[in-house]
Amino acid sequence: MWRYIGRKLFVYLLTFIVAVTINWMIPRFMPGDPVQSMLSRAQVSDPEALEAMTSYYENLFGLNAPLYEQYLNFWAGLLRGDLGISVMRYPEPVTDIILGAVPYTLALLLPAILLSWVVGNRFGAFAARSKILDNTVLPVGYILTATPYMWLALLLAWSLGIVAGIFPASGGYSFSLRPEFSWLFISDLISHWFLPFLSMFLVALGGWAIGMRNMIIYELEADYANYLQALGAPRKLIRRYAFRNAMLPQITGLAVQLGTIIAGSLLTEIVFNYPGLGSLILDSLNNRDFFLLQGVFLFVVVGVLIANFIIDIVYVLIDPRTRVQMTGGSS
Amino acid sequence: MTLRVNDLKVYYQTLRGDVRALDGVTFDLADGEIMGLAGESGCGKTTLGKSMIRLDSRMRHVGGTIELNGKDVPIADDDAMVPLRYREISLIPQYAMSALNPTRKIGRMVNELLRARGVRPADIADELNRRLELVGLDTDVLNRFPIELSGGMKQRVVMVISTLLDPSLLIADEVTSALDVSTQRAVAESMVEFRDRGYVKSMIFVTHDISLVYQMADTIMVMYAGHIVEKAPAATIINEPKHPYTQMLIGALPEVGSTMVQGRLEGIPGTPPGLLNPPTGCRFKDRCPMAFSKCSEQPPLVEIEPGHWAACWKTG
Repeated sequence: MWRYIGRKLFVYLLTFIVAVTINWMIPRFMPGDPVQSMLSRAQVSDPEALEAMTSYYENLFGLNAPLYEQYLNFWAGLLRGDLGISVMRYPEPVTDIILGAVPYTLALLLPAILLSWVVGNRFGAFAARSKILDNTVLPVGYILTATPYMWLALLLAWSLGIVAGIFPASGGYSFSLRPEFSWLFISDLISHWFLPFLSMFLVALGGWAIGMRNMIIYELEADYANYLQALGAPRKLIRRYAFRNAMLPQITGLAVQLGTIIAGSLLTEIVFNYPGLGSLILDSLNNRDFFLLQGVFLFVVVGVLIANFIIDIVYVLIDPRTRVQMTGGSS
Repeated sequence: MTLRVNDLKVYYQTLRGDVRALDGVTFDLADGEIMGLAGESGCGKTTLGKSMIRLDSRMRHVGGTIELNGKDVPIADDDAMVPLRYREISLIPQYAMSALNPTRKIGRMVNELLRARGVRPADIADELNRRLELVGLDTDVLNRFPIELSGGMKQRVVMVISTLLDPSLLIADEVTSALDVSTQRAVAESMVEFRDRGYVKSMIFVTHDISLVYQMADTIMVMYAGHIVEKAPAATIINEPKHPYTQMLIGALPEVGSTMVQGRLEGIPGTPPGLLNPPTGCRFKDRCPMAFSKCSEQPPLVEIEPGHWAACWKTG
């Protein structure tokens, strides 16, 4: 068991190093010079002052060093928790900006992922048992999964936000309020949170429900289910077994889906102008703020890796087959 | 008389029409009898076994009756069958290797199954352990997952589970087919032992391995294309088969000690007819060397000598 976890940890560490390296490379080899764009915004016309400012900023961001040194500096900074200074919101450190955005993204992602997973699985398992429900739920599920996040998000923002006016369609909280721990602010926060959450929840829900329905039908046809039926076991027992066994691939699916869900949150956040990591990615791209971009990507990568690691461990705990393989038992 | 099957017809529903897998099957099974049920693939032997315990969704009961211990077995009524299953009629399935839930420890699965059937697991735990030891398993298997057992072990576990409530009739479907020869023998011997100890009253042993069934069964019934061809005591079927199909089937078996000098084994030329639109009359007539004009009528299954039935115009 511990050897298995150790091996997994090693693989994840390797993935992390590669991800960080690629993450460092991409913005640096992208066209466009961040210092130039910053200076052009400052509209400095004096060539001498321009040169002085250029060298000042390049020194500040460490861009005048050779590439390998920049790379090593990046790692050194990373280990200290220092991801550099944002160009876009100079002189705020990248880490602070990210930490400000993370609660919004997590508050959006975690409930959407987990709730859609739980509800979708229950719903799919339920649909597999009745024909009428199956015939209605399935097409709806297919439509929901096939819907792009931002399209559904736009539709929701338009219908519930603008036409019906029930929920605000933009922002993390009203501009008239300041962040504080009061009932007014929290309820405002929730009403702003609801539409982005709903759009992510709905799109993910369809996929889980369809997957679960198919898995349940497959499991109910499995040999062990047939055997139990031949021995007169009640449907309840067989359903329980089938549900549990059908959950296993769904858990793997959850791990695989995490990456795409984060991409989905990016689009949703952009549509609703929600102040999470997704909006931050868009802003930093527009401003060629590659320190911030790096930081956000790094955060996403670490998030996906941690989530996958947790699911690896959970899988071992619930599926005896992986457990046996791991402990070297004969099969 | 334990089991009486009368003119049983079970068809498979397909998009192209009914496949007549069992087309009028009649036989009796006595108390304590182990009957080997033999035949080629697709002759209906598994269908017959399944029909007696649970029809799957494609199978349709078209006609005929089954009687067990004097009571009618309502095979077409799935709910009415539930009280009979496991307690009166039990099954060791063809797929015994995968018949156990892979994510439950075997002991826990058994307990859940027993509780669901209204039996207190504690009442039967001693018996369960005793029977596991009888088939040569450590009682520790109950604390293991199916994946931790070898194929032969799983087979024996399923055997013990299926017979735990002492059913009157046990249907053992190809239980030895996936095992190696030495395990086959051990399993076959345990089956006889179970009958001798009264764990099961009588048994239908579905197989295509006639030489194995000869060693353990009291009687052998041979099926061909959804019909019964011949039923007789095991020794009679092997030594003096009357029906041409049985004769050719036995002739196709290798004998211990035979050499190539005595000539190659003969197969049966041709293939069995499709059961979607089966030919009228004797279904074996196209492959039968002894076929004559009368074979276009279906030969009845008649008792040609006590305990020996055959369905052929030449024997009747």
